[in-house]
Amino acid sequence: MITFDKVTKKYDGQIGIEDVSIDIEKGEFVFLVGPSGAGKSTFIKLILKEIDADSGSIFVDGQKVTELLSREIPFYRRKVGMIFQDFRLLPKKTVFENVAFAMEVVHKSKAQIKRQVPRILASVGIEDKADKYPDELSAGEQQRVAIARAIINNPTVLIADEPTGNLDPETAKDIMQLLDQINARGTTIVMVTHAKDIVDRMHKRVIAIEGGHVVSDKTGQYQYYKTIGGLRIHESDIL
Amino acid sequence: MKAIFYNIKQAFRQIGRNRGMSTASIFSITAMLLILGLFFIITVNLNLFTEVVKADYDLVEVYVEDDASQMTINKDIEDLKALDEVESITFRTKDEALKIMKKRWGESGYLLDSLGENPLPSSLLISIKNVDDAEAVIDKANALPGIESVKYYKETVEKLTKATNFLQTGSLIVMAFLVLVSIIVVSNTVKLTVFARSKEIEIMKYIGATNWFIRGPFLTEGIIIGLFAALVSSGLITLIYSKVVDIIGTDVVAILSSPLVPTDYLAGNLLIIFLALGISIGACGSIVSMRKFLDK
Repeated sequence: MITFDKVTKKYDGQIGIEDVSIDIEKGEFVFLVGPSGAGKSTFIKLILKEIDADSGSIFVDGQKVTELLSREIPFYRRKVGMIFQDFRLLPKKTVFENVAFAMEVVHKSKAQIKRQVPRILASVGIEDKADKYPDELSAGEQQRVAIARAIINNPTVLIADEPTGNLDPETAKDIMQLLDQINARGTTIVMVTHAKDIVDRMHKRVIAIEGGHVVSDKTGQYQYYKTIGGLRIHESDIL
Repeated sequence: MKAIFYNIKQAFRQIGRNRGMSTASIFSITAMLLILGLFFIITVNLNLFTEVVKADYDLVEVYVEDDASQMTINKDIEDLKALDEVESITFRTKDEALKIMKKRWGESGYLLDSLGENPLPSSLLISIKNVDDAEAVIDKANALPGIESVKYYKETVEKLTKATNFLQTGSLIVMAFLVLVSIIVVSNTVKLTVFARSKEIEIMKYIGATNWFIRGPFLTEGIIIGLFAALVSSGLITLIYSKVVDIIGTDVVAILSSPLVPTDYLAGNLLIIFLALGISIGACGSIVSMRKFLDK
């Protein structure tokens, strides 16, 4: 579903990611972990084609992202849902309108919007909040709206950038459950996170990036290496 | 169709929210267009004036004394025709001269009816092969019997043409400059809207909105601003111009022997030009203001 083939991206000589090759299968749930500045955002921006790779190729859902023309990018992005740590809802629109907006953008009809939005709100468990504004909702509910907006156009991939970063542990758990459900319905999910407890509990594939390189790619635990005095030492060896 | 309504609704909402700046930019573009219109009017009238003058004064005009006999005149014509420099000669009688003047004065032509006697002389209209030889012909004509005076304005006309061309180029440069300034004014106004909605734009891009979908409302906003300015300024100019034509058009200008360009002709063209200008200024302004935002 997502393939990075020897991808390198540098910013003014500084490494974003270097010579990274990753294969993510359709329907997988993958955690992307690593310290800040390790290259996680670069990875996401490359998938969304917000930035261009210096070398290597990226494929998403059979499309060669690295060779997309700029006019093709919007249509490509409709296949990639995106949720964020800060939700990014429009404060002056209701929950319904926020989700409907995503359908208006891709020119869906009013009838389709009226039919689809309540259905998707129900599936993320906030059907009773349709007429509320984002600031009337709890953080967890806001993230549910964001998830509804991200999946309403049936993306094949969902990218989650620290989706639980602003949530308390209980709410985070609920959101993870929701993401797991979405994944179970066939959507490939890539989630960037720092939350070790969540990663360990979910027991999914974990890709660890550090200094622009993939340092670990295993199923199960949060693999976190630290570079100390030129040596890469696994976290568990220190703690 | 739905998309157009969506854009117009969004644009009006935005203009409403941003009332102060929108009004300010409508006013400044109106002001630009007014100045532009002034240049336009001057240019158009100058063109007409030059054309009229050119048609009139292309020839050497030899006025014949009223009491000169037909024989003297015929003799003069023969003498002039004999010159190598002369291409052709037409004789214009006193009556013809009056008729021409009446026609030119148009509505005020009746004023000439009250003249007891036709004061205009008859004349010989000489066209010359080569402009440089004019002096020789003029000297010769002056020396002939029965000639009152000789008028030749070719050089003046050429100077006038040169001055007009210079003025035209000048106004064109000024106009281009004004258009540029207007584009910057609109782009700054629309930029405020763009900033106010930058979050929305970012989300739209993540959701997969095309650049034209995102641009739509902003483009419409700029176009509406330009449209308003065009309507206001062409309305104002037409009003002022028609007043000016009313006051001086028929009297003073007729005596200067060149008519003003009629109001309705000018107004129609001005409206079309201003609408086109206003809309393109508005559209360019918004596209410029969004360029950075839509890079990626």
